[in-house]
Amino acid sequence: MSVTDTTTPDLLAPGGLSAASVGDYWALLKPRVMSLVVFTGFVGYWMAPGHLHPVLASVAILCIALGAGASGAINMWYDRDIDAIMHRTRLRPIPAGRMTPEEALAFGVILAVGSVILMGLAVNPAAAGLLALTILFYVFVYTVWLKRSTPQNIVIGGAAGAFPPMIGWTAVTGDIGLPSLALFALIFFWTPPHFWALSLYRSGDYERAGVPMLPVVAGLRETKRQILVYTLVLWPVSIAPYFLHIAGPAYLATAIAMSLGFTWLAIRVCRAQGDGAARRMFRFSLLYLFVLFAALLVDRVPA
Amino acid sequence: MTTVKLPSDELLRRRRARNWALGGVLLAFVLLFYLVTIVRIGLSP
Repeated sequence: MSVTDTTTPDLLAPGGLSAASVGDYWALLKPRVMSLVVFTGFVGYWMAPGHLHPVLASVAILCIALGAGASGAINMWYDRDIDAIMHRTRLRPIPAGRMTPEEALAFGVILAVGSVILMGLAVNPAAAGLLALTILFYVFVYTVWLKRSTPQNIVIGGAAGAFPPMIGWTAVTGDIGLPSLALFALIFFWTPPHFWALSLYRSGDYERAGVPMLPVVAGLRETKRQILVYTLVLWPVSIAPYFLHIAGPAYLATAIAMSLGFTWLAIRVCRAQGDGAARRMFRFSLLYLFVLFAALLVDRVPA
Repeated sequence: MTTVKLPSDELLRRRRARNWALGGVLLAFVLLFYLVTIVRIGLSP
């Protein structure tokens, strides 16, 4: 046997050696999505009446982050075929060939199981159960079932992204209260205009990949109308925390101002022909959620 | 006669980085479980 002293010409791993870097594993966690999930989960914890030891609270937030990351990794494993087609996702670790699908799946499952067990042991069984439900919902209901079968995919699937503040709340109280449902509703009704604004200028990508996003199935005009409808639905939902006495007048004023801006942009999207208005709407949607949850954080009404 | 392809320096560097990261994560979890145990013992009546 002779050993040829050559190095591999590309990043394919010889002898089963993984070519993935630490950064690739980090990318599997969808860090930008995870940061929003951590923030909203923290606000849920902060708003809840009661007390949780700071170490256990940190563990709860860590578990929410790990659970969200696990969902992202399993999603990237399942969607590797369409990720390779879409411009936005083709450089992710699996379609780019830096990581095998099996590595990604194993990483996601270990994180998912680990985060739920840790939440159950350190915090409480209700929060662990809700975290498990969130992961299972995102993987099986959204990724496997809805995403490729209905234009309502992100409407129903949006529930997965809306659970984190509820988990944060449950970590403190041990049960799901009405105010935590208000936080859930805020993200749930925010998700459709957020994603549909993105899909308005990425519809070609979704069409090539065969993902039935609303602009692909129902057209741009109907998508714009739906964006406006959901933006209007967000009005009562966004001011609900004030009337549920979990947030004060500064929050109410912020929610009204941000909802005015969101509605104005939705009207601009309806009237516009190009991509510019949709891009502005998408960027503003991120700001909208961040500002509203920051206002909740600042103007919390103690129980 | 078999030709064996050796991993490139880049692949070896990535493996080393992964090993260090995994070691750090394991160490962090040991510390975390220790802290959680101490806190929960302290909280129990």
